[in-house]
Amino acid sequence: MTTVIIKTTTKYLAALILTFGAYIIVHGHLTPGGGFQGGAVFASGLALLIVACEGDVIRERFKKVPLSALESVGALGFLGMATLGFMGYTFFRNVIANSGFPLFGEPTPLGINPGYLNTGGTLPYMNIFVGTKVLAGLTSIILVFYLLLEVRENE
Amino acid sequence: MRRALGLFAFIGFTLFLIAAAMSLRPFGEPVHTEMDHYFITHAQEEASANNVVTSIVFDYRGFDTLGEATVLFTAVAGVLMALRRRGVKV
Amino acid sequence: MNEVVLVNLPFIVVALLLAVGFYTIGFKRNLIKIVIGVEILEGAVNLFLIALGYVKGAYAPIYTMAPPQAENNMVLPTPQALTLTSIVIGVAVSALMLAFAVNIYRHYGTLDVIKIRRLRG
Repeated sequence: MTTVIIKTTTKYLAALILTFGAYIIVHGHLTPGGGFQGGAVFASGLALLIVACEGDVIRERFKKVPLSALESVGALGFLGMATLGFMGYTFFRNVIANSGFPLFGEPTPLGINPGYLNTGGTLPYMNIFVGTKVLAGLTSIILVFYLLLEVRENE
Repeated sequence: MRRALGLFAFIGFTLFLIAAAMSLRPFGEPVHTEMDHYFITHAQEEASANNVVTSIVFDYRGFDTLGEATVLFTAVAGVLMALRRRGVKV
Repeated sequence: MNEVVLVNLPFIVVALLLAVGFYTIGFKRNLIKIVIGVEILEGAVNLFLIALGYVKGAYAPIYTMAPPQAENNMVLPTPQALTLTSIVIGVAVSALMLAFAVNIYRHYGTLDVIKIRRLRG
């Protein structure tokens, strides 16, 4: 499955795809996209990296990446950001927005605007957590299927 | 024989589907738009995001997204359970 | 008649996609092909939701760098949010179905539905 074409393409494209996925996740409250889409893009870049390497190298490299822990951190962080709304309000209330919090807490200008990254309240945090969760989940699915292929070949 | 009968029923079902699609309201003129109009005009001051779809997914319909995340978690756990054998470790 | 077909073309495409999906589920015997049929059905439903939310001549519901005539003239955002949910769940469910297909192939040695029914046990 690993050919020279895939290896060369991956060498030049993988970094671009991963950067684009991170951009989509972080700019989810300003431009089209969000946690789910950016996580899927990031996972497809990781899938390209998985396909381009041999099975042993993959197994050794992904032994250090805690994919299950990343997925759990994403789910619990999303729930925690939702629970922040209990500080005086209800569940899923956007408490950080317009509060002057240094990260993502600036007030949003109304109407059509050029889009400022430092706004949005809890939405960018939820985007980042959901993106982490989706990329960990999809990458572990792809990894399991690919390693399964290797196991069948070895038998 | 059974296959021919099934094919006949399938063709009738398809004709019914196409007739139903043609008798829907014309494309591009939705009927009840009050809720969406409220979202479009109030999303920036209430959810403080420029992207209205993101503010619906994570703010107005947050419980929906919570359930969706749970479904994704369960599906990944199911895949890992179904295929985790013979020394495959993630 | 011709005018109705032209105006409602997205809904008719949805109906044809639904028909292709139901045909694949009902008349094919390979499990992988049945999974592909479920995916086609899911694409048809997503297209139906998106087409229901379209307003003629409107813009995307995003305020960042929008043209000035886009104010109060936007596509309905709720069906788009629901479609986003549906797409992610579809990916997860298709991965689960493929994993069970792999397990069935390991256990029975075939993917044919009728043979699997005969080989029970």
